[in-house]
Amino acid sequence: MATQASQTASRLMLSPAVLLLFLWMIVPLGMTIYFSFLRFNLLMPGTEAFTGFENYVYFFTDPAFWPALANTLTLVLGVLVITVIGGVALAVLLDQPMWGQGIVRVLVIAPFFVMPSVSALVWKNMLMNPVNGLFAAFARGLGLEPFDFFADAPLASIIVIVAWQWLPFATLILLTAMQSLDREQMEAAEMDGAGPFWRFLHLTVPHLTRATTVVVLIQTIFLLSVFAEILVTTNGGPGTASTTLTFLVYMQSMLQFDVGLGSAGGIVAVILANIVAIFLMRMIGRNLEA
Amino acid sequence: MSRAVSTRRKAVVTALAWGVGLVIFFPILWTVLTSFKTEGEAINAHPSFLFFDWTLENYHTVNERSDYLAHFWNSVVIALGSTLIGLLIAIPAAWSMAFVPGKRTKDLLMWMLSTKMMPAVGVLVPIYLLARDTGLLDSKTGLVIVLTLVNLPIIVWMLYTYFKEIPGEILEAARMDGASLGSEILYVLTPMAVPGIASTLLLNVILAWNESFWTLNLTAANSAPLTAFIASYSSPEGLFYAKLSAASTMAIAPILILGWFSQKQLVRGLTFGAVK
Repeated sequence: MATQASQTASRLMLSPAVLLLFLWMIVPLGMTIYFSFLRFNLLMPGTEAFTGFENYVYFFTDPAFWPALANTLTLVLGVLVITVIGGVALAVLLDQPMWGQGIVRVLVIAPFFVMPSVSALVWKNMLMNPVNGLFAAFARGLGLEPFDFFADAPLASIIVIVAWQWLPFATLILLTAMQSLDREQMEAAEMDGAGPFWRFLHLTVPHLTRATTVVVLIQTIFLLSVFAEILVTTNGGPGTASTTLTFLVYMQSMLQFDVGLGSAGGIVAVILANIVAIFLMRMIGRNLEA
Repeated sequence: MSRAVSTRRKAVVTALAWGVGLVIFFPILWTVLTSFKTEGEAINAHPSFLFFDWTLENYHTVNERSDYLAHFWNSVVIALGSTLIGLLIAIPAAWSMAFVPGKRTKDLLMWMLSTKMMPAVGVLVPIYLLARDTGLLDSKTGLVIVLTLVNLPIIVWMLYTYFKEIPGEILEAARMDGASLGSEILYVLTPMAVPGIASTLLLNVILAWNESFWTLNLTAANSAPLTAFIASYSSPEGLFYAKLSAASTMAIAPILILGWFSQKQLVRGLTFGAVK
């Protein structure tokens, strides 16, 4: 029944997407790998030469590398902890019967739709600015010294901004998962005299495990690439205090024009992301079979 | 008795949830309010919440003085263009994988997804150089191409999960009645697929509108969409809070409205069907 003709037709329909994605994956990545073994600076054209692993050695011994790696991990972990804990709490709260549930949900998910440069600028200038910001006005109102967020705690401030952007995502997914929780099981446990805490720990938490894993993995992929928020607020500084791997590679390739070094850093970032991706792909693949 | 308790409980939950919701929404609300203030009022040491002289002046200034509308238009072209081209490529692919699955369909889907896992910074240098050498740097065409490819896996996946839900028997029945492949697609599949395609379009316009790595790195003055244009306010110009707020409000308003319509699709699209 699945005729030869329809087989051929389906192959024809598939091929543009497959071909384009294949080129998109293989050409730039191949070029990055190739560049990473070259001495190649855009400011010195004509001096390209093969250097083996020299760029990788430079990248790993760059004084900014270890801080950047530590900052990347701190950023990812910090945002994950805030959004997962906050997301579970919000999902439980929003799942209760209340008045105006639809409106509250809209308020909570709104930050996800704000473009990164806008949220970074709004937080930087209008809320966290030590002179004109709203937080400074509050601090003065309480008789306190205003806190200079981006000078004294740059990474933590960025974590707050990014967590604000991603909390809606975690909440929405966990809330969707909550709504598929078996109500009868909940009620049966309540009849048996199980308190709300016991029910949360033994029914809600296991039910949310899968959704939480998905949240953690998908957010990690996106968080490893956080860029605009850093560019707009601190530019990676002061010093390397808020430089992540993504931002370090950007500085090396786009500001110092060191294509070879930037490419080596890019490959390191790809390897890091792939470690996370393998776990994510397994989860999604398992779901595809079910 | 139990009813009274449950009403009180509902009131407490309502108050708590509204409180938390307003705190989370506050930065957006504050931006919108500030956009109606004068510059002096916006940096007042004792900020006023509602009782200030409301003015539309900032919106006039932003629209007149800077080339705001040009950048807004760039955003529209880039977001819609990349989504529509992506749909054109993805619809046939998703259709064939959903209805004529082969042995390797699953591997193919997973492979497409894996291209999405590659961090953008890993291919920043080659894409920048390719764009420079083909004259596509700082052009809308260049960004449309890049964003089409960036979001293609998500488009294929979303469409696939929607097409999967269309019962295959209907197609078989149409085939029995002698419908050709073309009319099968046109008269049977299309009407059932439209809602899924619409949701996919919506989510991808949102993603493309807010995309902030390629838009910032591949554009300068000419083709910068709003993401890049607003980021340029981080220079001293950003000190004009009220105008920044007006520009920001206009940049996020269309997407906030689209986003509220697409809550459900968001979960499905961004988790690749892993959470429904």
